[in-house]
Amino acid sequence: MARAVSFNRKTVNTALAWAIGLLIFFPILWTILTSFKTEGQAIADPPIFLMFDWTLENYAIVQERSDYLKFLTNSVIIAGGSTLLGILVAVPAAWSMAFVPSKRTKDILLWMLSTKMLPAVGVLYPIYLIFIELGLLDTKIGLVVVLMLINLPIIVWMLYTYFKEIPSEILEAARMDGASLRSEILYVLTPMAIPGIASTILLNFILAWNEAFWTLNLTAAQAAPLTAFIASYSSPEGLFYAKLSAASTMAIAPILVLGWFSQKQLVRGLTFGAVK
Amino acid sequence: MGRIVLEKVTKKFEHVEVIPPLDLTIEEGEFTVFVGPSGCGKSTLLRLIAGLEDVTSGSICIDGRETTSLPPAQRGLAMVFQSYALYPHMTVRKNIAFPLKMAKMDQAEIDRRVTTAADVLNLTDYLDRRPGQLSGGQRQRVAIGRAIVREPSAFLFDEPLSNLDAALRVGMRLEISELHKRLKTTMIYVTHDQVEAMTMADKIVVLQAGFIEQVGSPLELYRAPCNRFVAGFIGSPKMNFIEGDEAAKQGAHAIGVRPEHIKVSATEGAWKGVISVSEHLGSDTFFHVHDTGLAETITVRVDGEVSFDHGDTVYLTPRDDMIHRFDANGLRI
Repeated sequence: MARAVSFNRKTVNTALAWAIGLLIFFPILWTILTSFKTEGQAIADPPIFLMFDWTLENYAIVQERSDYLKFLTNSVIIAGGSTLLGILVAVPAAWSMAFVPSKRTKDILLWMLSTKMLPAVGVLYPIYLIFIELGLLDTKIGLVVVLMLINLPIIVWMLYTYFKEIPSEILEAARMDGASLRSEILYVLTPMAIPGIASTILLNFILAWNEAFWTLNLTAAQAAPLTAFIASYSSPEGLFYAKLSAASTMAIAPILVLGWFSQKQLVRGLTFGAVK
Repeated sequence: MGRIVLEKVTKKFEHVEVIPPLDLTIEEGEFTVFVGPSGCGKSTLLRLIAGLEDVTSGSICIDGRETTSLPPAQRGLAMVFQSYALYPHMTVRKNIAFPLKMAKMDQAEIDRRVTTAADVLNLTDYLDRRPGQLSGGQRQRVAIGRAIVREPSAFLFDEPLSNLDAALRVGMRLEISELHKRLKTTMIYVTHDQVEAMTMADKIVVLQAGFIEQVGSPLELYRAPCNRFVAGFIGSPKMNFIEGDEAAKQGAHAIGVRPEHIKVSATEGAWKGVISVSEHLGSDTFFHVHDTGLAETITVRVDGEVSFDHGDTVYLTPRDDMIHRFDANGLRI
């Protein structure tokens, strides 16, 4: 009897999980399907799900009109650069918070995280002015720095959580063995934290890749990443859903593939420390 | 090499003084054991010597060199941790070689020393394994190997055997003692286990609440404990303490008699009591005697062949020359 109950519960849970999963995935699926429709079919009422004339013409038009590769390159440079720079700053920061904590360490961590609760638009004006002053507007380096700063609290938090799991005796042993601070971080801490660092890099790469507010507001033609590529299909000449969907699909495809292949690392990264 | 002198060393965490002013000299080549109950400050004292904690005041000299403010690596000491603290991502070979690599020694010399250490510690077959693939005892040996390759002026051991099972612990205890005989290097060993302290030490430092209660050889502490704390801590089973009239007869506030210094008889003796529990170890038997009117329980250690049973009435007689007398402050008279 007990087995039957647990079987039923398992079936219900599985069905529920699939339902929620499909619900969340549906907008992405709809975008991908729409990208293969003609503009007419894209706005048909009632909507057509699968029975339409599949076409690649939207992709051809999008590719013809704008240089996808340039946007893609910018996205890779901005997301990759900001993540790497963030890791370089965050590893020593998280090290000191995890292994040489002060009375205020917890407060500092919370304060850092609280900056993520601030509406980004609240600091747009000052940052915009600073960018103009420093000549950073529409430059990749400017975006790398801004996105690094935006995601830094999350990177530090994640690394801090990973580092806390490493027994401090091992670092003390390294100190006794004559390791300098640099050697201690390079040869002992980092190799031990590689799974954690990998998850952190992955998650932050995705966050930076998807970031739209700053990338749209601080770029024009030169440094624009894929978010700007999508946005360019949304407004000026009325809405062209099929082309917009094709552009969106092209923009999210790389990150979707990356996410798919690294889902194990991602799940570990997001749930790390939750259970022992 | 390896004389360590602590002068008026103190340590405070926030406002709590865990080590009150403390003076201690550890002679060259000596095997010194810091022993005491949990939280007595023995590990903190070791970490102060290692440089893993900063002293609040006072000075630490190693081989006549002032090292109080030097970082751990520059003190010429090697430490073996309770959790072994091996580098899990490195092979045994790399673990042992790590301190030499940090010292920028040339590769040929590193290889030579690692091979020698592995040979001494029976680790040759395991050099290419990772710590995760080793047993507890083997891991402990790797930790010791990592310490000996540096040829330090002193070894510091922080409860190195407490994670091992009982049988392995006895084996490793012997190995460490043999290592000391062979290397003749100063060793400081922290433990809460008085058996380890008694069997390994040249000199035992008994600590309580950061204070040194007594320093001496194992037999000095056993024969002439300077106060009730040391008397009760050293020796197993614990010394029996008796207060009241019986103590007053001896001109003391309390007297102490070790279980092995009490004779048991079925017919005559100084104190009468009833055996409540008898523990047979084979070689020895421990009797816990109640209803003596002297103390709640008096423990007696007799030869394994002596046969009394639960509920038997017995007579106990302490050996006159083995009675320890203490005053009201617990100090030896």
